[in-house]
Amino acid sequence: MAEERVGVYICHCGHNIAGTVDVEAVAEWAADLPNVEVSRHYEFMCSSLGQELVEEDIKTLGLTRVVVAACSPHMHERTFRGACERAGLNPYLFEMANIREHASWVHAVDKEGATEKAKALVSAAVHRVVHHTPLETMKVPVEPTTMVVGGGIAGIQAALELADAGYKVIMVEREPSIGGHMAQLDKTFPTLDCSACILTPKMFDVGAHPNITMLTYSEVEAVEGYVGNFVVTVRQKARKVITDKCTGCGTCWEKCPIRVVDDVYEAGLGYRKAIYRPFPQAVPKYPVIDVESCTYYKTGKCRACQMFCPTEAIDFDQQDEVVDYKVGNVILATGYEQFDARRIPEYGYGRLANVFTSLEFERMVNATGPTGGKIMLRDGVTEPESVAIIHCVGSRDRRYNQYCSAVCCMYSLKFAHLVKERTGAEVYNFYMDIRTPAKGYEEFYHRLLEEGVRFVRGRVAKVTDAARGPGEEGKLIIQCEDTLIGKQRRIPVDMVVLSAGMEPRHDAEEIGHLFGISCSVDGFFIERHPKLDPMATMTDGIYVAGVCQGPKDIPATVAQGAGAAARVLGVISQGEVALEPIRAEIDEEHCSGCRICNTMCPYSAIDYIEELQVSRVNPALCKGCGTCVAACPSQVITGAHYSYDQVMAQIDGILIDVNRPVTAEAEVAAD
Amino acid sequence: MSDNGDFKPVIVGFLCNWCSYRAADLAGTSRMGYPSTLRDIRIMCSGRMDPAWVLHALRNGADGVLVVGCHPGECHYVEGNYKAIRRMNLLKRTLRQLGIEDERVQLHWASASEGVQFAEIVQNMTAQIKALGPLNWKQRNVDDSVNLAVAAGEHVHEGA
Ligand SMILES: Cc1cc2nc3c(=O)[nH]c(=O)nc-3n(C[C@H](O)[C@H](O)[C@H](O)COP(=O)(O)OP(=O)(O)OC[C@H]3O[C@@H](n4cnc5c(N)ncnc54)[C@H](O)[C@@H]3O)c2cc1C
Ligand code: FES
Repeated sequence: MAEERVGVYICHCGHNIAGTVDVEAVAEWAADLPNVEVSRHYEFMCSSLGQELVEEDIKTLGLTRVVVAACSPHMHERTFRGACERAGLNPYLFEMANIREHASWVHAVDKEGATEKAKALVSAAVHRVVHHTPLETMKVPVEPTTMVVGGGIAGIQAALELADAGYKVIMVEREPSIGGHMAQLDKTFPTLDCSACILTPKMFDVGAHPNITMLTYSEVEAVEGYVGNFVVTVRQKARKVITDKCTGCGTCWEKCPIRVVDDVYEAGLGYRKAIYRPFPQAVPKYPVIDVESCTYYKTGKCRACQMFCPTEAIDFDQQDEVVDYKVGNVILATGYEQFDARRIPEYGYGRLANVFTSLEFERMVNATGPTGGKIMLRDGVTEPESVAIIHCVGSRDRRYNQYCSAVCCMYSLKFAHLVKERTGAEVYNFYMDIRTPAKGYEEFYHRLLEEGVRFVRGRVAKVTDAARGPGEEGKLIIQCEDTLIGKQRRIPVDMVVLSAGMEPRHDAEEIGHLFGISCSVDGFFIERHPKLDPMATMTDGIYVAGVCQGPKDIPATVAQGAGAAARVLGVISQGEVALEPIRAEIDEEHCSGCRICNTMCPYSAIDYIEELQVSRVNPALCKGCGTCVAACPSQVITGAHYSYDQVMAQIDGILIDVNRPVTAEAEVAAD
Repeated sequence: MSDNGDFKPVIVGFLCNWCSYRAADLAGTSRMGYPSTLRDIRIMCSGRMDPAWVLHALRNGADGVLVVGCHPGECHYVEGNYKAIRRMNLLKRTLRQLGIEDERVQLHWASASEGVQFAEIVQNMTAQIKALGPLNWKQRNVDDSVNLAVAAGEHVHEGA
């Protein structure tokens, strides 16, 4: 290896690193490490001044390698690679040492230990970097079509942005119609505009857009490829309805004799038929047959829908279709599920008839819902004279979910307003804190205070129908500590609404795994960076939008959907993407042709070349995991940027202060 | 077992880029303290872990080696961590024959959201190694021939 000139830069990161690690000492110490030409420390390496420092040194001191000790490479590796590149140094001749996340922040009580570790990590990087080789990224063309998974408001917004920009979109929605939760809502806070009125036009646009292919009643089964070039396998479940013939007239579901509780759209409050269209404004307008409930699939009889269909659109034998789609990028917008209120038995949901969930209540107040918008008890006739709304059900509760669901306070206030407006009933809101942090929200809260809604501060202990006196007879009693007056209270009401929070989809883990992204402890998809990159993920080409990334309201969901689309547009308009050159390569001259690596490779990226009796890596398929590199018995596979030598040198460097070497003698002996 | 006074173990860590390195990052951003015994090296996947690296670390002063990957079934490269399990088992068998305690070389899993678990892994391993005391590969009665064999193995690598 030729003489290298390494520049070392230790970042203070304000107090973040310098408050714990003695950065000056580390910089001074590093100056004596082999090959180090210059060693500096600076307050903020990632600032433009910090980057210019590196660029200047490369130019004036002729640095051939650069080490920056700062935060996680997941944060700023790209930044400093960029600085090297601008100064004419191949960006892969750079190495980062993580002395913030992996040192100062975790060893805050052990300054000496943190400094010692920082030295070791810097030394590791210096030893490693001299073994780096210049690498060129491979440019591959980007397929301009994007797949959007999930047709709630997040997915709808993203799809329309992309389609309006002139690019093709494939939208995959699991349910028979797009719309998601927003289609179930009645009014939306804080403006109280009707949810359907603002959503339906957008749904219609998606259905009619020449650039959008809508695959409803469909699910993703497999994903292959990489950014710019994914192949996604989608199963389109058989609707048992020939969409080319169906006019959506509705005769079939009118004639269908089977009634099923609608757990999805009506949140269990209403019914649908075995052949159904989830709601009148559904897009697309075609119904589906629910095979589980339909009599024909059980007994071979009935066929009512088929007999009455005026266009002969019913096809009982229709099969699922499985189709591969080539897409360049994917936006996941799979939304949320509501917390199952049955999990809190003391609130009585499922046991006490007049306890409702918030989604049930949304359906109840909706003019197109099961009660035609009338607020009434489970008996279907009695209007309540008093209603309790319990906030934070399943949220901000260590037993269930620790996070705040972000929308429940606001929709609870919305409910209180609607009850007041439509019934004149007494309304009690049981809350812990009122959270109204967005535009117009706090004002809405004040409006409610003026409307005479009662607010009781404290977590409800239980909801019971066991009356203790005549005033409680036939009522639901809310038992709760009122923390503002410091007293236990029992408040009898006719109806209880549980403001249950939002949870990740039950299959979020699986979907994440399919697309190569992970979920946080709460189960929502993890974004690339919580502040600076909330739309991208750790897997290039996979983006997230809406509640699948974390609880949020409609405005924030729409913003994130549009944001994700903008990120994708950026990639599409570049026309090509640079793939990380971290790949395996086989030295064919020394390959024994044993083929062990062929079966090791999870991507089948290694082919055996029969004529030459050697194996060869297909660089477009290789993702650089290095499994074959570690497995090759002849050690002739090199893993670029994670080569055997590079890591060996890194180990030497990391142990520089404790090294009790045996290598030298042993090697002499071996020679 | 004694706690070996103020002996501070040195543990070399190999963390896969996708889950465990991010778990360590999360431990950092959430300011979860753990002992400064771990010195970590990022590799793309636990399946890239070369047993020779583990040996190299132990021979050059590490008291233990920690490999952390994604949970089984969650490897970013589908199944690299399963390969890591197999390699680890073989390696441990060899080390056992050399009289090296099992606790010195450990394989664990941590997903990107498991900062707490990551900190616990380091804490536990540090305590275990502290109890065992320094490894002192050279002073130990590890047969010279083993050193020779290991060195020879490295030569093959370097020659390639
Ligand atoms: C009771 C209640 C009242 C609310 N009221 C308001 C309000 O007044 N104002 C407000 O701003 N917000 C309100 N919200 C919040 C609002 O519902 C959400 O912010 C918004 O609906 C989130 O949209 P989304 O697209 O992210 O998710 P979703 O609406 O959940 O849409 C996700 C879509 O993805 C589909 N999907 C899921 N998994 C898959 C898969 N694997 N493959 C294909 N498709 C899939 C689903 O079927 C669904 O269509 C309320 C929430 C609740 C619970
Ligand atoms: S990427 Fe984490 S173990 Fe393979």
